[in-house]
Amino acid sequence: MSEFTLAQLRRILESSSGPADGVDWNGGEVLDTPFGDVGYDSLALLEMAARIEQEFGVQIPSDDVLALETPRIAIDCVNRLLQEV
Amino acid sequence: MSRPRTAVFTGVGVIAPNGLDTDAYWAATLAGESGIRPISRFDASTYPVRVAGEVSDFVATEHVPGRLVAQTDRMTHFALAATERALDDAGADPTAMGLYDVSAVTANSSGGFEYGQLELAKLWTKGASHVGVYQSIAWFYAASTGQISIRHKMRGPCAALVSEQAGAIDAVGHARRVVRNGTRLAVTGGTDASLCPWGFVTQLSTGHLSERDDPAVAYRPFDAEASGFVPGEGGAILVVEDAAEAHDRGARHVYGEIAGYAATFDPRPGSDRPPRLRAAIELALADAGATPAEIDVVFADGHGVPELDARESRAIADVFGSYAVPVTVPKTMTGRLYAGAAIDVAAALLAIRDDVIPPTVAVRRIAPAHRIDLVLGQPRQQRVRTALVLARGHGGFNSALVIRKGSRHE
Repeated sequence: MSEFTLAQLRRILESSSGPADGVDWNGGEVLDTPFGDVGYDSLALLEMAARIEQEFGVQIPSDDVLALETPRIAIDCVNRLLQEV
Repeated sequence: MSRPRTAVFTGVGVIAPNGLDTDAYWAATLAGESGIRPISRFDASTYPVRVAGEVSDFVATEHVPGRLVAQTDRMTHFALAATERALDDAGADPTAMGLYDVSAVTANSSGGFEYGQLELAKLWTKGASHVGVYQSIAWFYAASTGQISIRHKMRGPCAALVSEQAGAIDAVGHARRVVRNGTRLAVTGGTDASLCPWGFVTQLSTGHLSERDDPAVAYRPFDAEASGFVPGEGGAILVVEDAAEAHDRGARHVYGEIAGYAATFDPRPGSDRPPRLRAAIELALADAGATPAEIDVVFADGHGVPELDARESRAIADVFGSYAVPVTVPKTMTGRLYAGAAIDVAAALLAIRDDVIPPTVAVRRIAPAHRIDLVLGQPRQQRVRTALVLARGHGGFNSALVIRKGSRHE
Protein backbone atom coordinates (compact mmCIF):
# COMPACT_ATOMS: atom_id res chain seq x y z
CA MET A 1 0.00 0.00 0.00
CA SER A 2 1.46 3.34 -1.02
CA GLU A 3 1.56 6.47 1.04
CA PHE A 4 0.61 9.86 -0.27
CA THR A 5 3.34 12.41 0.39
CA LEU A 6 3.82 16.15 0.05
CA ALA A 7 6.22 15.52 -2.81
CA GLN A 8 3.56 13.61 -4.71
CA LEU A 9 0.97 16.27 -3.98
CA ARG A 10 3.33 18.88 -5.36
CA ARG A 11 4.03 16.83 -8.47
CA ILE A 12 0.34 16.32 -9.15
CA LEU A 13 -0.54 19.98 -8.62
CA GLU A 14 2.33 21.31 -10.72
CA SER A 15 1.85 18.92 -13.60
CA SER A 16 -1.86 19.60 -13.84
CA SER A 17 -2.18 23.24 -12.85
CA GLY A 18 1.27 24.72 -13.13
CA PRO A 19 3.55 26.03 -10.37
CA ALA A 20 2.32 27.69 -7.21
CA ASP A 21 3.02 31.32 -6.35
CA GLY A 22 6.07 31.83 -4.16
CA VAL A 23 5.93 28.55 -2.26
CA ASP A 24 8.86 26.97 -0.44
CA TRP A 25 7.90 23.32 -0.74
CA ASN A 26 10.70 22.35 1.61
CA GLY A 27 9.66 24.74 4.33
CA GLY A 28 7.40 23.78 7.21
CA GLU A 29 4.75 26.41 6.53
CA VAL A 30 3.61 25.01 3.22
CA LEU A 31 1.62 22.18 4.82
CA ASP A 32 -0.82 24.62 6.42
CA THR A 33 -0.90 27.31 3.74
CA PRO A 34 -4.35 27.54 2.12
CA PHE A 35 -4.30 26.41 -1.52
CA GLY A 36 -6.09 29.58 -2.54
CA ASP A 37 -3.27 31.71 -1.15
CA VAL A 38 -0.75 30.17 -3.52
CA GLY A 39 -2.93 30.30 -6.60
CA TYR A 40 -4.66 26.91 -6.61
CA ASP A 41 -8.36 27.58 -6.94
CA SER A 42 -11.35 25.24 -6.97
CA LEU A 43 -10.57 24.01 -10.49
CA ALA A 44 -7.06 23.09 -9.40
CA LEU A 45 -8.46 21.06 -6.50
CA LEU A 46 -10.92 19.23 -8.75
CA GLU A 47 -8.09 18.37 -11.12
CA MET A 48 -5.92 17.28 -8.19
CA ALA A 49 -8.64 14.92 -6.99
CA ALA A 50 -9.06 13.46 -10.49
CA ARG A 51 -5.33 12.82 -10.81
CA ILE A 52 -5.14 11.27 -7.33
CA GLU A 53 -7.95 8.91 -8.26
CA GLN A 54 -6.16 7.94 -11.47
CA GLU A 55 -2.82 7.32 -9.77
CA PHE A 56 -3.77 6.00 -6.36
CA GLY A 57 -7.14 4.48 -7.01
CA VAL A 58 -8.92 6.35 -4.23
CA GLN A 59 -11.93 8.52 -4.83
CA ILE A 60 -12.42 11.64 -2.77
CA PRO A 61 -16.17 12.37 -2.53
CA SER A 62 -16.79 15.41 -4.73
CA ASP A 63 -18.50 17.28 -1.90
CA ASP A 64 -15.33 16.96 0.14
CA VAL A 65 -12.81 18.03 -2.50
CA LEU A 66 -13.39 21.74 -2.11
CA ALA A 67 -13.08 21.40 1.67
CA LEU A 68 -9.45 20.28 1.31
CA GLU A 69 -8.14 23.71 2.18
CA THR A 70 -4.46 23.01 2.82
CA PRO A 71 -1.83 20.47 1.75
CA ARG A 72 -1.92 18.87 5.18
CA ILE A 73 -5.67 18.33 5.06
CA ALA A 74 -5.45 16.91 1.53
CA ILE A 75 -2.58 14.55 2.37
CA ASP A 76 -4.28 13.31 5.53
CA CYS A 77 -7.52 12.73 3.63
CA VAL A 78 -5.85 10.70 0.90
CA ASN A 79 -3.85 8.61 3.34
CA ARG A 80 -7.00 7.86 5.33
CA LEU A 81 -8.68 6.65 2.16
CA LEU A 82 -5.63 4.58 1.26
CA GLN A 83 -5.81 2.82 4.59
CA GLU A 84 -9.42 1.91 3.96
CA VAL A 85 -8.56 0.20 0.67
CA MET B 1 -21.84 62.87 -18.35
CA SER B 2 -20.68 66.45 -18.78
CA ARG B 3 -18.65 66.14 -21.96
CA PRO B 4 -18.45 63.69 -24.85
CA ARG B 5 -15.71 61.11 -24.40
CA THR B 6 -13.28 60.33 -27.20
CA ALA B 7 -11.74 56.87 -27.44
CA VAL B 8 -8.06 56.86 -28.38
CA PHE B 9 -5.38 54.19 -28.60
CA THR B 10 -2.62 54.66 -26.02
CA GLY B 11 -0.81 51.32 -26.16
CA VAL B 12 0.00 48.58 -28.67
CA GLY B 13 1.26 45.01 -28.20
CA VAL B 14 1.81 42.82 -31.27
CA ILE B 15 2.81 39.15 -31.55
CA ALA B 16 3.17 38.14 -35.17
CA PRO B 17 4.64 35.39 -37.36
CA ASN B 18 7.15 37.95 -38.65
CA GLY B 19 7.89 39.67 -35.36
CA LEU B 20 7.63 38.68 -31.71
CA ASP B 21 6.94 42.26 -30.60
CA THR B 22 5.61 45.48 -32.08
CA ASP B 23 8.94 46.92 -33.16
CA ALA B 24 10.13 43.66 -34.71
CA TYR B 25 6.80 43.21 -36.50
CA TRP B 26 6.84 46.73 -37.92
CA ALA B 27 10.46 46.58 -39.04
CA ALA B 28 9.88 43.23 -40.75
CA THR B 29 6.65 44.46 -42.33
CA LEU B 30 8.23 47.59 -43.76
CA ALA B 31 11.06 45.45 -45.11
CA GLY B 32 8.60 43.07 -46.76
CA GLU B 33 9.77 40.13 -44.65
CA SER B 34 7.16 37.41 -44.48
CA GLY B 35 6.59 35.02 -41.60
CA ILE B 36 4.78 32.51 -43.83
CA ARG B 37 6.79 29.30 -43.99
CA PRO B 38 6.35 25.56 -44.31
CA ILE B 39 4.49 24.20 -41.30
CA SER B 40 6.85 23.00 -38.59
CA ARG B 41 4.44 22.53 -35.71
CA PHE B 42 3.25 19.11 -36.89
CA ASP B 43 3.76 16.81 -39.84
CA ALA B 44 1.64 18.42 -42.53
CA SER B 45 2.89 16.29 -45.41
CA THR B 46 -0.47 14.58 -45.85
CA TYR B 47 -2.48 17.81 -45.66
CA PRO B 48 -3.43 19.81 -48.75
CA VAL B 49 -2.20 22.95 -46.98
CA ARG B 50 1.44 22.88 -45.96
CA VAL B 51 2.35 26.49 -45.20
CA ALA B 52 1.25 28.82 -42.42
CA GLY B 53 2.17 31.91 -40.48
CA GLU B 54 3.54 30.34 -37.32
CA VAL B 55 4.86 32.34 -34.42
CA SER B 56 8.16 30.57 -33.84
CA ASP B 57 10.40 31.11 -30.85
CA PHE B 58 7.55 32.17 -28.58
CA VAL B 59 8.15 30.34 -25.31
CA ALA B 60 5.02 30.96 -23.30
CA THR B 61 6.67 30.57 -19.89
CA GLU B 62 9.00 33.44 -20.74
CA HIS B 63 6.06 35.79 -21.07
CA VAL B 64 3.25 34.38 -18.95
CA PRO B 65 3.23 32.88 -15.42
CA GLY B 66 3.61 29.10 -15.48
CA ARG B 67 0.28 28.46 -13.86
CA LEU B 68 -1.57 30.40 -16.53
CA VAL B 69 0.40 28.63 -19.25
CA ALA B 70 -0.75 25.27 -17.93
CA GLN B 71 -4.40 26.30 -17.70
CA THR B 72 -4.88 28.09 -20.99
CA ASP B 73 -4.48 27.64 -24.71
CA ARG B 74 -1.83 29.26 -26.88
CA MET B 75 -4.27 31.91 -28.07
CA THR B 76 -4.56 33.10 -24.46
CA HIS B 77 -0.78 32.93 -23.98
CA PHE B 78 -0.53 35.37 -26.89
CA ALA B 79 -3.29 37.56 -25.49
CA LEU B 80 -1.79 37.71 -22.00
CA ALA B 81 1.71 38.46 -23.28
CA ALA B 82 0.47 41.09 -25.72
CA THR B 83 -1.70 42.68 -23.03
CA GLU B 84 1.25 43.10 -20.74
CA ARG B 85 3.23 44.72 -23.54
CA ALA B 86 0.37 46.99 -24.53
CA LEU B 87 -0.18 48.17 -20.95
CA ASP B 88 3.54 48.73 -20.61
CA ASP B 89 3.55 50.68 -23.85
CA ALA B 90 0.66 52.77 -22.55
CA GLY B 91 2.44 53.34 -19.26
CA ALA B 92 -0.88 52.45 -17.66
CA ASP B 93 -1.49 50.58 -14.44
CA PRO B 94 -5.09 49.37 -14.43
CA THR B 95 -4.85 48.36 -10.76
CA ALA B 96 -4.33 52.02 -9.92
CA MET B 97 -7.65 52.83 -11.54
CA GLY B 98 -11.02 51.88 -10.08
CA LEU B 99 -11.72 48.15 -10.14
CA TYR B 100 -14.92 48.73 -12.15
CA ASP B 101 -13.38 51.40 -14.35
CA VAL B 102 -11.22 49.08 -16.42
CA SER B 103 -12.35 46.47 -18.94
CA ALA B 104 -11.16 43.72 -21.26
CA VAL B 105 -12.95 43.52 -24.62
CA THR B 106 -11.22 41.04 -26.91
CA ALA B 107 -12.09 39.06 -29.98
CA ASN B 108 -11.48 35.43 -30.68
CA SER B 109 -12.49 33.10 -33.45
CA SER B 110 -11.17 29.59 -33.01
CA GLY B 111 -11.15 29.11 -29.28
CA GLY B 112 -8.53 26.93 -27.67
CA PHE B 113 -8.02 24.47 -30.50
CA GLU B 114 -4.69 22.97 -29.58
CA TYR B 115 -5.62 22.61 -25.92
CA GLY B 116 -8.88 20.99 -26.93
CA GLN B 117 -7.22 18.62 -29.35
CA LEU B 118 -4.95 17.28 -26.61
CA GLU B 119 -7.93 16.79 -24.32
CA LEU B 120 -9.90 15.08 -27.08
CA ALA B 121 -6.97 12.70 -27.51
CA LYS B 122 -7.15 11.86 -23.81
CA LEU B 123 -10.90 11.34 -24.05
CA TRP B 124 -10.61 8.84 -26.86
CA THR B 125 -7.48 7.02 -25.68
CA LYS B 126 -7.92 6.95 -21.90
CA GLY B 127 -11.50 7.85 -21.15
CA ALA B 128 -13.61 10.71 -19.92
CA SER B 129 -12.15 10.85 -16.41
CA HIS B 130 -8.80 11.77 -17.92
CA VAL B 131 -10.05 14.93 -19.59
CA GLY B 132 -8.47 17.78 -17.64
CA VAL B 133 -10.60 20.24 -15.75
CA TYR B 134 -9.11 23.26 -17.49
CA GLN B 135 -10.61 22.22 -20.79
CA SER B 136 -13.74 23.79 -19.35
CA ILE B 137 -12.20 27.25 -19.43
CA ALA B 138 -9.35 27.01 -21.91
CA TRP B 139 -11.36 26.26 -25.03
CA PHE B 140 -13.93 28.99 -25.23
CA TYR B 141 -13.83 32.35 -26.92
CA ALA B 142 -14.04 34.38 -23.74
CA ALA B 143 -10.99 32.71 -22.19
CA SER B 144 -8.62 35.53 -23.10
CA THR B 145 -10.98 38.28 -21.96
CA GLY B 146 -11.58 36.35 -18.74
CA GLN B 147 -7.93 35.67 -17.95
CA ILE B 148 -6.90 39.24 -18.79
CA SER B 149 -9.65 40.56 -16.57
CA ILE B 150 -8.61 38.30 -13.68
CA ARG B 151 -4.91 38.95 -14.02
CA HIS B 152 -5.19 42.72 -14.30
CA LYS B 153 -8.21 43.10 -12.04
CA MET B 154 -10.56 44.51 -14.60
CA ARG B 155 -14.17 44.33 -13.46
CA GLY B 156 -15.64 46.95 -15.74
CA PRO B 157 -17.88 45.92 -18.65
CA CYS B 158 -16.00 43.09 -20.36
CA ALA B 159 -16.89 41.18 -23.50
CA ALA B 160 -15.71 38.63 -26.03
CA LEU B 161 -16.55 39.31 -29.68
CA VAL B 162 -16.85 36.35 -32.01
CA SER B 163 -17.26 37.24 -35.67
CA GLU B 164 -14.24 35.47 -37.13
CA GLN B 165 -11.81 37.97 -38.67
CA ALA B 166 -14.31 40.84 -38.35
CA GLY B 167 -14.33 40.27 -34.62
CA ALA B 168 -11.08 42.15 -34.21
CA ILE B 169 -12.71 45.31 -35.57
CA ASP B 170 -15.90 44.63 -33.66
CA ALA B 171 -13.91 44.38 -30.43
CA VAL B 172 -12.34 47.78 -31.07
CA GLY B 173 -15.77 49.22 -31.87
CA HIS B 174 -17.13 47.82 -28.63
CA ALA B 175 -14.13 49.12 -26.68
CA ARG B 176 -15.00 52.57 -27.96
CA ARG B 177 -18.54 52.03 -26.77
CA VAL B 178 -17.52 51.12 -23.21
CA VAL B 179 -15.01 53.96 -22.98
CA ARG B 180 -17.64 56.41 -24.23
CA ASN B 181 -19.94 55.05 -21.56
CA GLY B 182 -17.46 55.84 -18.80
CA THR B 183 -14.86 53.07 -18.65
CA ARG B 184 -11.45 54.62 -18.05
CA LEU B 185 -9.35 52.02 -19.83
CA ALA B 186 -10.20 49.10 -22.07
CA VAL B 187 -7.84 46.44 -23.31
CA THR B 188 -8.99 45.31 -26.74
CA GLY B 189 -7.95 43.61 -29.97
CA GLY B 190 -7.62 39.87 -30.33
CA THR B 191 -5.46 36.82 -30.90
CA ASP B 192 -5.98 33.41 -32.42
CA ALA B 193 -3.95 30.21 -32.60
CA SER B 194 -5.43 27.38 -34.59
CA LEU B 195 -2.37 25.88 -36.27
CA CYS B 196 -2.76 22.32 -35.09
CA PRO B 197 -4.13 19.25 -36.89
CA TRP B 198 -7.64 19.65 -35.53
CA GLY B 199 -7.61 23.37 -36.23
CA PHE B 200 -6.46 22.72 -39.76
CA VAL B 201 -9.15 20.18 -40.45
CA THR B 202 -11.86 22.65 -39.52
CA GLN B 203 -10.32 25.44 -41.55
CA LEU B 204 -9.87 23.19 -44.58
CA SER B 205 -13.62 22.63 -44.60
CA THR B 206 -14.18 26.20 -45.78
CA GLY B 207 -12.40 25.48 -49.03
CA HIS B 208 -10.76 28.90 -48.77
CA LEU B 209 -7.24 27.90 -47.82
CA SER B 210 -4.51 28.08 -50.40
CA GLU B 211 -2.97 24.77 -51.40
CA ARG B 212 0.16 26.27 -52.89
CA ASP B 213 3.34 24.88 -51.35
CA ASP B 214 5.54 27.88 -52.04
CA PRO B 215 5.28 30.34 -49.13
CA ALA B 216 6.24 33.18 -51.45
CA VAL B 217 3.09 32.87 -53.57
CA ALA B 218 0.62 30.86 -51.53
CA TYR B 219 -1.35 33.87 -50.31
CA ARG B 220 -1.71 36.69 -52.83
CA PRO B 221 -4.97 38.58 -52.62
CA PHE B 222 -6.12 40.45 -55.74
CA ASP B 223 -3.59 38.56 -57.84
CA ALA B 224 -4.70 37.03 -61.14
CA GLU B 225 -3.67 33.68 -59.69
CA ALA B 226 -5.06 34.17 -56.20
CA SER B 227 -5.70 30.75 -54.72
CA GLY B 228 -7.04 31.36 -51.25
CA PHE B 229 -5.41 32.43 -48.03
CA VAL B 230 -2.81 31.11 -45.64
CA PRO B 231 -3.78 30.99 -41.97
CA GLY B 232 -1.58 32.38 -39.26
CA GLU B 233 -1.49 32.77 -35.51
CA GLY B 234 -0.86 35.70 -33.21
CA GLY B 235 -2.53 39.08 -33.06
CA ALA B 236 -2.50 42.38 -31.24
CA ILE B 237 -3.80 43.86 -28.04
CA LEU B 238 -4.50 47.58 -27.91
CA VAL B 239 -5.16 49.91 -24.98
CA VAL B 240 -8.04 52.34 -25.40
CA GLU B 241 -8.79 55.27 -23.11
CA ASP B 242 -10.67 58.52 -23.10
CA ALA B 243 -8.49 61.18 -24.70
CA ALA B 244 -8.79 63.72 -21.90
CA GLU B 245 -8.14 61.15 -19.17
CA ALA B 246 -5.15 59.79 -21.08
CA HIS B 247 -3.79 63.30 -21.35
CA ASP B 248 -4.39 63.99 -17.64
CA ARG B 249 -2.43 60.93 -16.53
CA GLY B 250 0.41 61.81 -18.86
CA ALA B 251 0.02 58.99 -21.38
CA ARG B 252 3.14 58.62 -23.45
CA HIS B 253 1.39 57.99 -26.74
CA VAL B 254 -1.87 58.82 -28.37
CA TYR B 255 -1.58 56.67 -31.47
CA GLY B 256 -4.91 57.63 -32.91
CA GLU B 257 -8.60 58.03 -32.36
CA ILE B 258 -11.33 55.49 -33.01
CA ALA B 259 -13.16 57.90 -35.28
CA GLY B 260 -15.65 55.61 -36.99
CA TYR B 261 -16.90 52.04 -36.79
CA ALA B 262 -19.57 50.01 -38.53
CA ALA B 263 -20.53 46.36 -38.92
CA THR B 264 -22.85 44.78 -41.46
CA PHE B 265 -23.88 41.28 -42.46
CA ASP B 266 -24.22 39.84 -45.95
CA PRO B 267 -27.57 38.53 -47.19
CA ARG B 268 -27.97 34.77 -47.31
CA PRO B 269 -26.43 32.92 -50.27
CA GLY B 270 -28.75 32.98 -53.27
CA SER B 271 -30.24 36.32 -52.33
CA ASP B 272 -30.40 38.99 -55.03
CA ARG B 273 -29.45 41.66 -52.50
CA PRO B 274 -25.83 42.77 -52.68
CA PRO B 275 -23.08 41.96 -50.21
CA ARG B 276 -22.71 44.57 -47.51
CA LEU B 277 -19.02 45.47 -47.30
CA ARG B 278 -19.64 48.69 -49.17
CA ALA B 279 -22.33 49.60 -46.68
CA ALA B 280 -19.96 48.96 -43.79
CA ILE B 281 -17.39 51.29 -45.34
CA GLU B 282 -19.92 54.03 -45.94
CA LEU B 283 -21.42 53.71 -42.48
CA ALA B 284 -17.99 53.87 -40.85
CA LEU B 285 -17.06 56.94 -42.85
CA ALA B 286 -20.33 58.60 -41.88
CA ASP B 287 -19.75 57.69 -38.25
CA ALA B 288 -16.34 59.34 -38.47
CA GLY B 289 -17.73 62.38 -40.26
CA ALA B 290 -15.14 61.64 -42.97
CA THR B 291 -15.39 61.90 -46.73
CA PRO B 292 -13.72 59.27 -48.91
CA ALA B 293 -11.16 61.87 -49.96
CA GLU B 294 -9.90 62.15 -46.39
CA ILE B 295 -8.89 58.50 -46.23
CA ASP B 296 -5.15 58.13 -46.82
CA VAL B 297 -4.94 54.34 -46.88
CA VAL B 298 -7.18 51.29 -46.82
CA PHE B 299 -5.97 48.20 -44.99
CA ALA B 300 -7.95 45.67 -46.97
CA ASP B 301 -9.37 42.42 -45.71
CA GLY B 302 -7.54 40.70 -48.57
CA HIS B 303 -9.22 37.33 -48.47
CA GLY B 304 -7.29 35.80 -51.37
CA VAL B 305 -10.37 33.98 -52.66
CA PRO B 306 -11.07 35.49 -56.11
CA GLU B 307 -14.79 36.05 -55.64
CA LEU B 308 -14.26 37.65 -52.24
CA ASP B 309 -11.38 39.75 -53.57
CA ALA B 310 -13.69 40.96 -56.33
CA ARG B 311 -16.35 41.97 -53.83
CA GLU B 312 -13.83 43.90 -51.83
CA SER B 313 -12.13 45.71 -54.69
CA ARG B 314 -15.53 46.58 -56.12
CA ALA B 315 -16.68 48.01 -52.80
CA ILE B 316 -13.51 50.06 -52.44
CA ALA B 317 -13.66 51.36 -56.02
CA ASP B 318 -17.34 52.17 -55.67
CA VAL B 319 -16.79 54.23 -52.54
CA PHE B 320 -13.46 55.91 -53.37
CA GLY B 321 -13.27 55.76 -57.15
CA SER B 322 -11.07 53.53 -59.26
CA TYR B 323 -7.44 53.51 -58.10
CA ALA B 324 -8.25 56.53 -55.98
CA VAL B 325 -6.87 55.46 -52.60
CA PRO B 326 -3.79 53.43 -51.62
CA VAL B 327 -4.75 49.91 -50.57
CA THR B 328 -2.48 47.48 -48.78
CA VAL B 329 -2.57 43.98 -47.27
CA PRO B 330 0.36 43.54 -44.86
CA LYS B 331 -1.25 40.30 -43.68
CA THR B 332 0.32 38.79 -46.82
CA MET B 333 3.37 38.59 -44.53
CA THR B 334 1.60 36.92 -41.63
CA GLY B 335 -1.36 35.05 -43.04
CA ARG B 336 -4.93 35.73 -42.00
CA LEU B 337 -4.91 35.75 -38.22
CA TYR B 338 -8.67 35.53 -37.66
CA ALA B 339 -9.33 37.58 -34.52
CA GLY B 340 -5.64 38.45 -34.66
CA ALA B 341 -6.70 40.84 -37.45
CA ALA B 342 -6.27 43.43 -34.74
CA ILE B 343 -2.74 43.44 -36.08
CA ASP B 344 -4.09 45.47 -39.01
CA VAL B 345 -5.32 48.07 -36.53
CA ALA B 346 -1.82 48.15 -35.03
CA ALA B 347 -0.32 48.50 -38.51
CA ALA B 348 -2.68 51.39 -39.28
CA LEU B 349 -1.65 53.15 -36.08
CA LEU B 350 2.03 52.69 -36.89
CA ALA B 351 1.44 53.89 -40.45
CA ILE B 352 -0.09 57.04 -39.00
CA ARG B 353 2.76 57.43 -36.52
CA ASP B 354 5.47 57.06 -39.18
CA ASP B 355 3.71 58.44 -42.26
CA VAL B 356 4.41 55.29 -44.22
CA ILE B 357 2.16 52.69 -45.83
CA PRO B 358 3.44 49.13 -45.39
CA PRO B 359 3.64 47.04 -48.55
CA THR B 360 1.71 44.02 -49.78
CA VAL B 361 3.93 41.10 -50.75
CA ALA B 362 3.52 37.97 -52.86
CA VAL B 363 1.26 39.65 -55.41
CA ARG B 364 2.85 39.55 -58.87
CA ARG B 365 0.06 40.52 -61.26
CA ILE B 366 -3.10 42.19 -60.08
CA ALA B 367 -6.16 40.90 -61.87
CA PRO B 368 -7.53 43.72 -64.09
CA ALA B 369 -10.96 43.52 -62.48
CA HIS B 370 -9.50 44.97 -59.29
CA ARG B 371 -9.46 48.73 -59.82
CA ILE B 372 -7.37 49.43 -56.75
CA ASP B 373 -4.00 51.08 -56.13
CA LEU B 374 -2.32 48.22 -54.30
CA VAL B 375 0.94 49.17 -52.57
CA LEU B 376 3.28 46.44 -53.77
CA GLY B 377 6.74 45.38 -52.69
CA GLN B 378 8.02 48.60 -51.18
CA PRO B 379 6.51 50.74 -48.42
CA ARG B 380 5.13 54.06 -49.60
CA GLN B 381 6.17 57.19 -47.75
CA GLN B 382 3.35 59.66 -47.58
CA ARG B 383 1.34 61.57 -45.03
CA VAL B 384 -1.05 59.20 -43.28
CA ARG B 385 -3.58 60.95 -41.13
CA THR B 386 -6.70 58.84 -41.55
CA ALA B 387 -6.83 55.11 -42.18
CA LEU B 388 -9.64 52.70 -42.98
CA VAL B 389 -9.26 49.11 -41.76
CA LEU B 390 -11.52 46.39 -43.18
CA ALA B 391 -12.17 42.88 -41.95
CA ARG B 392 -14.61 40.23 -43.10
CA GLY B 393 -15.60 37.15 -41.18
CA HIS B 394 -16.55 33.79 -42.61
CA GLY B 395 -20.28 33.55 -43.02
CA GLY B 396 -20.93 37.17 -43.98
CA PHE B 397 -19.49 39.52 -41.38
CA ASN B 398 -18.19 42.87 -42.65
CA SER B 399 -16.59 45.38 -40.34
CA ALA B 400 -14.92 48.73 -40.99
CA LEU B 401 -12.90 50.99 -38.73
CA VAL B 402 -11.79 54.58 -39.36
CA ILE B 403 -8.76 55.66 -37.36
CA ARG B 404 -7.68 59.25 -37.23
CA LYS B 405 -4.37 60.71 -36.07
CA GLY B 406 -4.34 62.50 -32.73
CA SER B 407 -7.50 63.60 -31.01
CA ARG B 408 -9.60 66.66 -30.45
CA HIS B 409 -7.91 67.12 -27.10
CA GLU B 410 -4.42 67.67 -28.45
